[in-house]
Amino acid sequence: MLSIKNLHASVEGKEILKGINLEIKAGEVHAIMGPNGSGKSTLSQVLAGNEAFEVTEGEITLNGENLLELETEERAREGIFLAFQYPVEIPGVSNLQFLRTSVNAMRQHKGQDEMNAAEFMKLAKEISKQVDLDPAFLKRGVNEGFSGGEKKRNEIMQALLLQPKLAILDETDSGLDIDALKVVSDGVNALRAEDRAILMVTHYQRLLNHIVPDYVHVLAGGKIIKSGGRELALELEERGYGWLGLKDEETADSSATSSAN
Amino acid sequence: MATTDQEVNELIKREYEHGFVTDIESDTFEPGLNEDVIARLSGIKKEPEWMLEWRLKAYRRWLEMDEPDWAHVGYPKIDYNSISYYSAPKRKEDMPQSLDEVDPELLKTYEKLGIPLHEREKLAGVAVDAVFDSVSVATTFKEPLAKAGVIFCSISEAIRDYPELVQKYLGTVVPHGDNFFAGLNSAVFSDGTFVYVPKGVRCPMELSTYFRINAANTGQFERTLIIADEGSYVSYLEGCTAPMRDENQLHAAVVELVALDDAQIKYSTVQNWYPGDEEGKGGIFNFVTKRGAAIGKNSKISWTQVETGSAVTWKYPSCILRGENSVGEFYSVALTNNYQQADTGTKMIHLGKNTSSTIISKGISAGKSSNAYRGLVKFGPGAEGARNFTQCDSLLIGDRCGAHTFPYIESKNKSAIVEHEATTSKVSDEQMFLCRQRGIDPEQAVSMIVNGFCKEVFKELPMEFAVEAGKLLEVSLEGSVG
Ligand SMILES: Nc1ncnc2c1ncn2[C@@H]1O[C@H](COP(=O)(O)OP(=O)(O)O)[C@@H](O)[C@H]1O
Ligand SMILES: [Mg+2]
Repeated sequence: MLSIKNLHASVEGKEILKGINLEIKAGEVHAIMGPNGSGKSTLSQVLAGNEAFEVTEGEITLNGENLLELETEERAREGIFLAFQYPVEIPGVSNLQFLRTSVNAMRQHKGQDEMNAAEFMKLAKEISKQVDLDPAFLKRGVNEGFSGGEKKRNEIMQALLLQPKLAILDETDSGLDIDALKVVSDGVNALRAEDRAILMVTHYQRLLNHIVPDYVHVLAGGKIIKSGGRELALELEERGYGWLGLKDEETADSSATSSAN
Repeated sequence: MATTDQEVNELIKREYEHGFVTDIESDTFEPGLNEDVIARLSGIKKEPEWMLEWRLKAYRRWLEMDEPDWAHVGYPKIDYNSISYYSAPKRKEDMPQSLDEVDPELLKTYEKLGIPLHEREKLAGVAVDAVFDSVSVATTFKEPLAKAGVIFCSISEAIRDYPELVQKYLGTVVPHGDNFFAGLNSAVFSDGTFVYVPKGVRCPMELSTYFRINAANTGQFERTLIIADEGSYVSYLEGCTAPMRDENQLHAAVVELVALDDAQIKYSTVQNWYPGDEEGKGGIFNFVTKRGAAIGKNSKISWTQVETGSAVTWKYPSCILRGENSVGEFYSVALTNNYQQADTGTKMIHLGKNTSSTIISKGISAGKSSNAYRGLVKFGPGAEGARNFTQCDSLLIGDRCGAHTFPYIESKNKSAIVEHEATTSKVSDEQMFLCRQRGIDPEQAVSMIVNGFCKEVFKELPMEFAVEAGKLLEVSLEGSVG
């Protein structure tokens, strides 16, 4: 489904991703782990087409289609969804209006009829319950005054609503208490499907107790330095990133680490 | 090439959809202003002697006044002798007796603007006074309103039919000498709306005036007077459009509101005069004086405005809070794009005890436009326990536009309380990325974000017009992204 080859990307002239290779097939769940600053969010944003990042080399295809030629909104309509690490507020725009505009943009792209307000309300209420968000949240401004946990649940709700082909979840587990973690994980597990791929970005392995990945990759210094199965995450938890010759606060431009590859 | 021209035309049409010209025969004065012109104007309107005297007094005063230059706007000097001060569609009788007698060409014009005047298709629950260039061409729902005792007619009719009311209140809120444009208006105003709501009456429907400038080189000087007697309530809305022309046109209106004891006036404006093209050519100069006097105790005057049009806007709907416990409100959305300039805001003059006022201003600037909020909150010595809350938010789209805030506070009473909040924000890249990541077009995203920003003001508009205002923003923002 998703194929990333030798991907290099930079921001403000600084190279962050230094040759990423990754293949994800439909139905698979991949976890990307790595120290802070290693480029996990950058990878997520580049996949979604954030223009703040410049792709300098390499290719990304989704089902054979060159993603780099598509605008952000076109990629979204092709089925790429990003759950943000830091969801931004849009004051005064109700969640409901925002979500309906989004769903209808996707439907229009597929040649389907728009959903009217009543139909949409019904659907949105059902899904908000699935992530344990009070339907009253639908009336509030997008992320306006939401707590960290509420923002994350709101992101998962959107994924469930939009039913993407590829869901990229950027640290959807961070800042959640045990109960919220359970709700969010249940939501992500509900997303798992034969025809859908999930790319989970996380700093901690605890999420992986709830959502068992098919593959785990370690990203450091802008490169994937190790890949393995579920057991790699457990090993990381036990031995820390130090085991791979990494300090936890490793940043992308400290090249000392790349020898581990 | 024909096709390209067509494409360009399509584009322009989409940007300002009310830009057409009605082909109608008009009686238009030669350009120029002097006492004879004023006498002729007054004569055509069959005005009583006192009205002509009133105009001439204003004119003589105006000659001694200087055009204001303190506003944060720039425009070429206006030659007041190159403007025509009267233009009206030709017709046999002086006043249309019924809608059947109104020229079908005019009815078509209003229909095209979305304001059907004909009995069968009238807007439900909204009475309309339609002003075309210098005259009122039709007023709908006269009968049901008359039954409720509400007078809703053109100001020309009111001068003839209700001289006592007009004489008692005209110029009491905005006197001749108030400012340059108000002085000019007092001398040459041609038509406008008059409303009187009697004691204890809640006006049974929304009242509205739709102003249309059609003729070239003509100024529009309308005058509106609304009087809400004790314990009455009225909600009034005005809308305005003009054809696209390369020359600037002048619109200098005066609106006076008077609220007696326990009366409430809600005045809403959706202003969509032609703003000029992308290069800043053409457009309306909108120099307007709007003021309400809350003279009665517990009275309330509320201004809501959505300003998206005009090349230059100079406008400060204000409240004089004289009555004890009287309330003034100002809710404003002002959007400027391309080369538009707006200097707008309000004045809240607290004179009575326990008077209170609220100001919510939302300025949106896009393109190379300039948008200024100018507000004065003043407490007189008698304004014991008076309060004001001001919130002034600016939103920038792109980095070539400007937003400015000029809040002034003057207090002669120590017990008065003022609260002021101001923010400036941008439509951020992160917000745009979030919307686009969810499949939403950039243009739609901007308009959604801007609408959200204006929500507090839109909710003050009558339902029918809140939707229209939202759409208007969308059209006005076209081309502001990318
Ligand atoms: N918008 C940006 N501008 C400048 N530097 C950035 C920006 N985004 C990320 N970076 C830098 O890129 C590196 C990787 O960051 P990020 O992808 O957020 O890492 P992670 O998500 O793995 O913690 C860091 O050094 C960070 O400071
Ligand atoms: Mg991150």
